[in-house]
Amino acid sequence: MKRRAFLQTASATGLALTGGLALPHIARAQGSKVLRFVPQANLSSLDAVAGTQYVVRNAAVMIWETLYGVNARFEPKPQMCEGHEVDAAFKTWTFKLRPGLKFHDGEPVLAKDCIASIKRWAVRDTMGQMIAARLDAAEVIDDRTFRLKLKSPFPKMLFALGKSASPTCLIMPERIARTDPFKLVSEYVGSGPFKFNKAEWVPGAKAVFEKNPDYQPRSEPGEWLSGGKKVMLDRVEWVVMDPATAGAALQNGEVDWVETPLTDLVPLLKQNAKIKVDIGDSYGNIGTFRMNHLQPPFNDVRVRRAIMMTLDQAEYMQAAMGDDTNIWKHQGGFFTYGAPFYTEAGAELLNGKRDFEGARKLIAEAGATGAKVTLLVTSDVPLTKAMGDVSQALLTKLGFNVDYVAADWGTVGARRAKKDPPSQGGWNVFHTWHAGADCVNPASYTALDAGGDKAWFGWPSSQKVQDGIASWYAAPDAAAEKKAIDNINIASCENVTYVPTGFFQIYQAWRNNVSGVVKAPFPVFWGVQKA
Amino acid sequence: MFAYAVRRIVATIPVMAVVALFVFSLLYIAPGDPAAIIAGDQATPADIARIRLSLGLDQPFVIRFGDWVWRVLRGDLGTSIFTSLPVTKMIAQRIEPTLSLMVLTLVFSIVIAVPMGVVAAWKHGGWIDRIVMVLAVAGFSIPVFVVGYLLAWGFALKLDWLPVQGYTPIADGLRPWLANLALPAVTLGSAYIALIARITRATMMEVLNQDYVRTAKSKGVGQLAILFEHALKNAAVPIVTVIGLGIAGLIGGAVVTESVFAIPGVGRLVVDAILRRDYPVIQGVVLLFSFIYVLVNLGVDLLYTVFDPRIRY
Repeated sequence: MKRRAFLQTASATGLALTGGLALPHIARAQGSKVLRFVPQANLSSLDAVAGTQYVVRNAAVMIWETLYGVNARFEPKPQMCEGHEVDAAFKTWTFKLRPGLKFHDGEPVLAKDCIASIKRWAVRDTMGQMIAARLDAAEVIDDRTFRLKLKSPFPKMLFALGKSASPTCLIMPERIARTDPFKLVSEYVGSGPFKFNKAEWVPGAKAVFEKNPDYQPRSEPGEWLSGGKKVMLDRVEWVVMDPATAGAALQNGEVDWVETPLTDLVPLLKQNAKIKVDIGDSYGNIGTFRMNHLQPPFNDVRVRRAIMMTLDQAEYMQAAMGDDTNIWKHQGGFFTYGAPFYTEAGAELLNGKRDFEGARKLIAEAGATGAKVTLLVTSDVPLTKAMGDVSQALLTKLGFNVDYVAADWGTVGARRAKKDPPSQGGWNVFHTWHAGADCVNPASYTALDAGGDKAWFGWPSSQKVQDGIASWYAAPDAAAEKKAIDNINIASCENVTYVPTGFFQIYQAWRNNVSGVVKAPFPVFWGVQKA
Repeated sequence: MFAYAVRRIVATIPVMAVVALFVFSLLYIAPGDPAAIIAGDQATPADIARIRLSLGLDQPFVIRFGDWVWRVLRGDLGTSIFTSLPVTKMIAQRIEPTLSLMVLTLVFSIVIAVPMGVVAAWKHGGWIDRIVMVLAVAGFSIPVFVVGYLLAWGFALKLDWLPVQGYTPIADGLRPWLANLALPAVTLGSAYIALIARITRATMMEVLNQDYVRTAKSKGVGQLAILFEHALKNAAVPIVTVIGLGIAGLIGGAVVTESVFAIPGVGRLVVDAILRRDYPVIQGVVLLFSFIYVLVNLGVDLLYTVFDPRIRY
């Protein structure tokens, strides 16, 4: 074969094999009713009762439903329930299910399924535990009706059953709901608007949710977990990928919606005419500087106050979120900035002028000058890594001897559970953040709890905070709730339960041919259309 | 040779046993806790403790190791702590993309690198040699993920020729399979090509100075025949050795490449498992990779006899 003939043959063969490489849009999302979505994190399980990861909850609410569901104002509205009756003392609650509710395996949703699901959830959830502690009897009246009899009043019952925060009270068939609440369920049968396609699940890469043809949406407009969940897509494919790759895939039209695009890529995405970019969740997040109240030096409230009076939230937010001040604000209290009950009552130390001189004086009074501080930094999460770096500078400036321990989230997650002194594997400070939607009131706000040994990591202890939380639960109306929240804020500032590092929101981005995307603490797929 | 191959395969058993013990011990002493990850950020310490208990993570080392070994001996690699799926199923779901990527990279790299090295040795000191060496140094020096993002930016975002991410099974068509793997294979192959090209050049330079090559030249044998029939065959043993050793690098590189191009392969599976401390998955994948590596080395040893008939086992 002559050289030229060889080259011609080789080229022709190559083109035939590849079909010509210059073919655009080879792996584009196929079919207009298939939505390809990139979630915030890897979806490794689907049980939003046993696990409290946001990504798990986000997937779980597609498959399972709640008896009540909160709307954008955190008002619980009937969802699986047709309605309820409650006595004047808030002690006897009778619930009636909507007719025609069916699980994905074709079985009807029965009252016994609801009771079993509530019991499993109640083991894991703070409000559930309060219900369980008061529970006198849980009775099946008929297939669609059940009753919870309590020994003492619980006015927040509907909110507890309808809240979106994890653990969420999802209704499962009784056989699944009997699973140990500390073990992940392995059967994903719900009654929600989407069915999970387990056969196509490639954990860590792809999860497929198909429209549930038997689902009967409510007649009211859909809003968050409440109202009519009208599904306009045949299929939603969750594809897990690196955030930089997700940004490129969105620009190239290979995916339709990215839940949390890389902050650095947002300006580029905003310039792209085929892409829409907007805040994902108005309620945003609260960054936290979390201290260990059991170990020196932060077992002394004076040292904690020294942090509160010197920590500059703008520095944290710039490091973590960049210069776009549209998405971060000063968080001047413990409850979510911009939420109905947001308050700065008693937060003078948090919001006053940064006072390093006063702080050093307090630290000296506590005998903590030059004390060693073990700072746990989650290095594989950019947000906490940035906050950790700012804290290292702050603590050094305050005269502490900082032991900067960088580790992945798996290591930090395990180490922060240790109450031992830092020299024996414990810790002094770590960073995280809490979804703003969980921090609008004390119900799902685990980080606020100051119940000592039983509190969240750091184990803060304050009877005043606990009394405030109890008064919120007992509050019969909004005015009483507001007063309780003011008192909690004052007590939390006094105790310095933790120090907020700022309020921030995160963008989401989607292709122009997708409509119906709303702001919510979780991606809402009902009402979304793809042209 | 058949007896030798069988002996070598049998010899993998103690190797795998040592790997198993090593991996299990390393994971046991490594910090981290899958219970904390399952429980999520909002869970309380008491919740985490209960989950640990339900997973059996409070059991002593000997019991956990014994239980795992007993399962492995029965062909059961266990169940993922997070997904409740069998590890064998999770690996099976992901083995095709990884093998496809590795085989394509291997073929592509050999096809490019060996001629590059041969030509560089032939034109030693000339501009072709210098270009090849510059490319080889660049291939070694630029991290795989940088090459990946640059290629994706150029060929996917700017030229719109190829997809940015994903994988299409070969059963769904050669064209989409190749389109999805083209950029990842070039990315992963960049360092591998550099390695093979350099070793080919060095070995060929040595061989080209041998007397028999001079004799062949003086007898009027053509240049291509000298290079590829006489010299390359004699230079093949070290090249094959490097190709074999480089497969370990390919496995490591596949982890990064799969992440950059969102290929649902075993590399990403093991990274995710490590981040989550999904012990059964980590142990299963490491055992698999070790086994593949042992087999590759065996293959290399057997190939020696093809290129050098003096070698006998």
